Amino acid sequence: MATKTKKRPAGKKSAQRAATRPGAKKPVHPKAPRGRVARGAAAPSRRTATAGPGAAGGSAAHATQHAVEQFLYHQAEILDAKRWQDYIDLFTVDGVYWMPADPADKHWDGIPSIFAEDKNLMTVRMKRVLHPDAWSQRPLWGTNHVVGNVMIEKASPNGDVVVRSRFHMMELRRDTVRHFAGSYVHHLAKAGDSYRIKQQRVDMTNAQAAFEYVLQVWV
Amino acid sequence: MLQETIPNVARLVEPDRVHKSVYTDEQLFNMEMERIHERVWIYCGHETQVKKPGDYYTVQIGRQPMIMVRGADGTVNVLYNRCPHRGSMICGDRSGNTGEFFRCSYHAWTFNHDGKLKNIPMMESGYKDTRWTRDNPDTNMKKAARVENYRGFVFASLAEDGPSLLEFLGPSKIAFDDICDRAPAGEVEVVPTCFRVIQNSNWKIFLENQLDALHPSVTHQSTGRAAREVEVEIEKKTGKIPLSYHMLSAFATVTIDKWDNFQTINYPYGHCILTGYMGLRPQDPDTLAYEKTLTRAYGEKRKEEILSTNIHHVLIYPGLSVQSPLQQLRAVRPLGVNKTLTEIWHFRLKGAPEPIYRRALAYYNLVNSPATLINADDLENFWKIQTGLGSDGGDWVSFARHYGRDIEKNGALETGEGMGTSEAPMRNQMKAWAEFMAKA
Repeated sequence: MATKTKKRPAGKKSAQRAATRPGAKKPVHPKAPRGRVARGAAAPSRRTATAGPGAAGGSAAHATQHAVEQFLYHQAEILDAKRWQDYIDLFTVDGVYWMPADPADKHWDGIPSIFAEDKNLMTVRMKRVLHPDAWSQRPLWGTNHVVGNVMIEKASPNGDVVVRSRFHMMELRRDTVRHFAGSYVHHLAKAGDSYRIKQQRVDMTNAQAAFEYVLQVWV
Repeated sequence: MLQETIPNVARLVEPDRVHKSVYTDEQLFNMEMERIHERVWIYCGHETQVKKPGDYYTVQIGRQPMIMVRGADGTVNVLYNRCPHRGSMICGDRSGNTGEFFRCSYHAWTFNHDGKLKNIPMMESGYKDTRWTRDNPDTNMKKAARVENYRGFVFASLAEDGPSLLEFLGPSKIAFDDICDRAPAGEVEVVPTCFRVIQNSNWKIFLENQLDALHPSVTHQSTGRAAREVEVEIEKKTGKIPLSYHMLSAFATVTIDKWDNFQTINYPYGHCILTGYMGLRPQDPDTLAYEKTLTRAYGEKRKEEILSTNIHHVLIYPGLSVQSPLQQLRAVRPLGVNKTLTEIWHFRLKGAPEPIYRRALAYYNLVNSPATLINADDLENFWKIQTGLGSDGGDWVSFARHYGRDIEKNGALETGEGMGTSEAPMRNQMKAWAEFMAKA
């Protein structure tokens, strides 16, 4: 999946963003090579970033950090482009998209959640959104996701990772702008040179506030 | 004062239509709050929301911020969320535990769980020879005029006089009997997650929609069809369909003409029942195991009575919609003439096996969560209605469908055979509205 992104112009932008991110701990040296003007290739400034706890900064850890970031940026691009089937395809066969109702919740099964969807339910949601008589989808909305603070929490020897990140999403529908922000925790399974999502947990900062209108697709 | 400045309320409501200003006029909204919501019985919450002494939950009744709180003696009190001293709200959180007493954050006045003044700092010296004495009831947090609890569901009325809760509910009390009787232990427990959604429309538009049997197959067909397509695929692969898919696909398979087979029964004070059971008595092992627990608890005959209760929705005017077979309710809190909050709760049947809860949970998540596949389209309609009603494109809203064909039976108005899509519930609600509004 993520390999597709590299061919897309949007993928380049993501790579640029990745290149200019200062990394979790070490500040970028003021003279860090071409950080802000890097085009496409992100390699030079990667050396200044650390890959998070447990990763001692070896090149393998850097490669993992880079691949995971690319995956998350790619996911954001897919959502903003409304490529719903591509998004569902990012998940493993038993993958789950989960948005808890309460940040204290530990597991999606058997408790109330804002979203708790396997691929079948995700397919219902996609088909419903694409149906010509889905009244609340006319007019459609536009979104813009920004993902950052990407920290690998756990990297298994088989290549699977647990990664925490933060997102900010702006949505425009008719003349109304809404902002949503929060954290993602992705449980990613290694699949070739990219990943599949075993579980995407989305903790929205406003999960427990009253919703003005509702959410119609995955954040 | 209001009566003098607004048109004769009676002229706004005719038997088969109402004037648009009923939904758009701010003065009428304030009058509604005064004469309806701040007088009649309003649902505050379930007693299991406040289990321990000091547990509280704040709730809006009309325009009044209230606190539902459990006292040390076990009583559930409903108080105005206001300090008698300088007017500050006492509880700023939506819910919590206040400990042994309430304490105002402004000047540290303290109050017992029943609102009675406990202490004022330096009271002796500060209030000697003033009107502010311990025996002056004005020093207490004011209580709701009346509080009643029916099978765990707590209601308050801010008016001293009026019918008792059971008189007010009349036959609509079946909502609570049905949900509790379905539990082998005869009672329910709230699940402590409340989904809250704001709709940009008048509160009455929500209530009218709840029992509008004409809209589901139109408004919700996109979700119904999508769910149907996916459930067919699942059935091909696994040989069976998860029950939760029926809850969605029914919106496509129950086509608009079939809704005429349902029936509404309309009661005094605006309450109404929509019949139709949504096929919740399948013969799968989970349901059969559940039925056994009911037989053990009640005996065969009573179990059959309980499970054959034919209810889809019960609407308790002016602010509660209960889906007892699915163990959920929606409380409607008007925030303004064109803004309404719904609070959505669901319940566990005490003593029932876990799969029965899972069924209710699936409905809660799919239909009632802030990512709802169903209500999104209702909310869109509500906003369109509110905006359209503000126009000069017409002055009236029509409720004429099957008008004149309602059947009066035991003081209730029933829709006739094959007339389930009748707009009788809206006519009945507006009749009650006009009666409430006529009383100064």
